[in-house]
Amino acid sequence: MVSVQAKQLIKRFGETTVLAGVDLDIPDGEFAVLVGPSGCGKSTLLRLLAGLERVSAGTIQFGDRDVTTLEPRERDIAMVFQSYALYPHMSVRKNLEFGLRLRKTDAATMTARVEEVAKMLDISHLLERLPRALSGGQRQRVAMGRAIVRRPALFLFDEPLSNLDPALRAQVRVEIRKLHDQLGVTSVYVTHDQVEAMTLADVLFVLDGGEVQQRGRPIDIYREPANCFVAKFLGSPAMNLSPVELRRESPDQRWFAGQFPVATPTAFAGLETGRRVVAGVRPHDLVLASEGAGDLELDVEVVETLGPELTVHGTLRTQAGPGQAYVAVLPAEHRVTRGDTLALKLEHLHLFDADTKRTLRC
Amino acid sequence: MTRRADLLEAIAAHAVVILAVCFSLYPILWVVSLAFSGSTSLEPQVLPIPIEPTLEPMREVVGATRIEPDGSEIWLFGRQLLNSVVVSIATAVVGISVAIPTAYAFARFEFVGRREGMRLLLATQMFPAVASAVPLFMILEALELLNTRTGLVLCYASTSVPFAVFQLRSAFEAIPIDLEEAAMVDGATRFEAFVRVVLPVARPAIAVTFLFAFMTAYNEFILAATLLDDERAFTLPVVLQRFIGEYDARWDLFAAGAIVVSLPVMLLFYQVQRHMVAGLGAGGVKG
Ligand SMILES: Nc1ncnc2c1ncn2[C@@H]1O[C@H](COP(=O)(O)OP(=O)(O)OP(=O)(O)O)[C@@H](O)[C@H]1O
Ligand SMILES: [Mg+2]
Repeated sequence: MVSVQAKQLIKRFGETTVLAGVDLDIPDGEFAVLVGPSGCGKSTLLRLLAGLERVSAGTIQFGDRDVTTLEPRERDIAMVFQSYALYPHMSVRKNLEFGLRLRKTDAATMTARVEEVAKMLDISHLLERLPRALSGGQRQRVAMGRAIVRRPALFLFDEPLSNLDPALRAQVRVEIRKLHDQLGVTSVYVTHDQVEAMTLADVLFVLDGGEVQQRGRPIDIYREPANCFVAKFLGSPAMNLSPVELRRESPDQRWFAGQFPVATPTAFAGLETGRRVVAGVRPHDLVLASEGAGDLELDVEVVETLGPELTVHGTLRTQAGPGQAYVAVLPAEHRVTRGDTLALKLEHLHLFDADTKRTLRC
Repeated sequence: MTRRADLLEAIAAHAVVILAVCFSLYPILWVVSLAFSGSTSLEPQVLPIPIEPTLEPMREVVGATRIEPDGSEIWLFGRQLLNSVVVSIATAVVGISVAIPTAYAFARFEFVGRREGMRLLLATQMFPAVASAVPLFMILEALELLNTRTGLVLCYASTSVPFAVFQLRSAFEAIPIDLEEAAMVDGATRFEAFVRVVLPVARPAIAVTFLFAFMTAYNEFILAATLLDDERAFTLPVVLQRFIGEYDARWDLFAAGAIVVSLPVMLLFYQVQRHMVAGLGAGGVKG
């Protein structure tokens, strides 16, 4: 078990810079998740940690060992690939034994460890099968087993659940977290799925454009996104963002960002009338108000019912007439239909600088 | 009434298959019948049934011997059969051994001249073998390898490499790189990953390529006829041609020889087929 420190990692493929100075610090034994949109360089970053790609610049440390130039086999890691990458010509047992064999483990230990892991993952009955005779979910387990059986200091996962159907995905997600709590091995997990990111992570890294946009506990990032990108990327449905200007009618009156009332102006740095900002409202931060008492009015266009919640899609009314598309999530007991106009109250407002897109905070 | 329709359908299907089998077997049956006929000429005849059935042609071909200058007698045909088999296997082994690393490099590594190199290899395939017969003759003469198996193997292997590289490259490219990377993370060196993962997964393709190289060498005539003039060094295609190429064409001997010649190939096919398990590569990656 090790901590992971990466400093100013840069990775270029020819002319294109995929990673432009990424810093990672993952404490020993924690579950780190790298999340970001497709093509943002998550896999590349993971492959740098694995040693499957060479850094263009920067250093990687596992514990106090500098591994920047080491081969994958010298790093004491195990990796679960998105494709599982099971050796197709070997039985499940042979797949699990492969890494142990290369390390010249004696036969008795090898058998014992394979049996133990197979039991842990409930694949004991599959040991003599070839990978092609397994279902997708079983293959996924074998891939995890192959990583666990080696008892590495660090686990790397590259979207290990993306080939499973949604129900299985949710189940295996929980199992992965359980396994982590049981084994306590430092893990780095790549995904573009924000549910996986939010639920699995001890520490979450949001990546975009080859840079870490924000690092922190998932809930902290959710509550206080560092910039518009993170705000929009985490949370479902995505945060409503409106480019507006700050204003107040007179010095003793309330602040408004466009039509959104700023509840705690003291919390925001650089409040001045006319300043261009982005006002962000999470769909879950909107509640139904009695008529006339709301901060906003929404003309309802589509209502999606999802069990306990309604997702309401509509158009925001402004003084100047119908405005941007907006989404609100309301408890399902409200009766909302297409054509309604809802008065909504705002429970929390995020403000971002219109130019830098960074959060405005004091 | 569907029973009856099914039956008719089955009959029709079988009839077509039987017809097709007869069509493709007919020439072969003809050769077989010729090989066991006492008559030595080609007479027009519809049914491939031996005239005056006899084992004489077979005995004459297989039993061919030769008296050496020192007076000893050698089994000429046995020697020629051995030439063919040894040369073909050696060709396939040498060709494949060169082609495997080459193809892997073409499939996996970026290097200067990668594309040009592949084109060049393919370009060599465009030249007919005859074109190189004379230069090869001169080279082998200089190396004193005329009338030797080694000389023939060198010529054949060098011509078999480009196609083998071409075939194996696509086989290696079809193997997901994830497999090798998984092996390397599991603790293998690149070479170990190649030997323990890539080669076994590519086994069917390697088997086919081996077979192809073997067959090409085994059937080759033009180079063999050019480079060999000592009958002790002959390979079987040259031997066969001798039966019909001289003043009187011995079709019965030719036919008997053709049957004997095809036996090793059938044997090899049977052996190699075991390695061509369909879909061996399936199931390693993706769900
Ligand atoms: N070997 C390579 N050569 C050139 N460009 C590459 C190479 N590998 C990755 N890239 C580029 O780097 C960028 C990041 O790729 P990467 O696979 O890391 O993305 P990702 O975040 O994992 O995306 P996804 O969620 O789709 O898997 C992409 O634009 C990709 O085209
Ligand atoms: Mg990826």
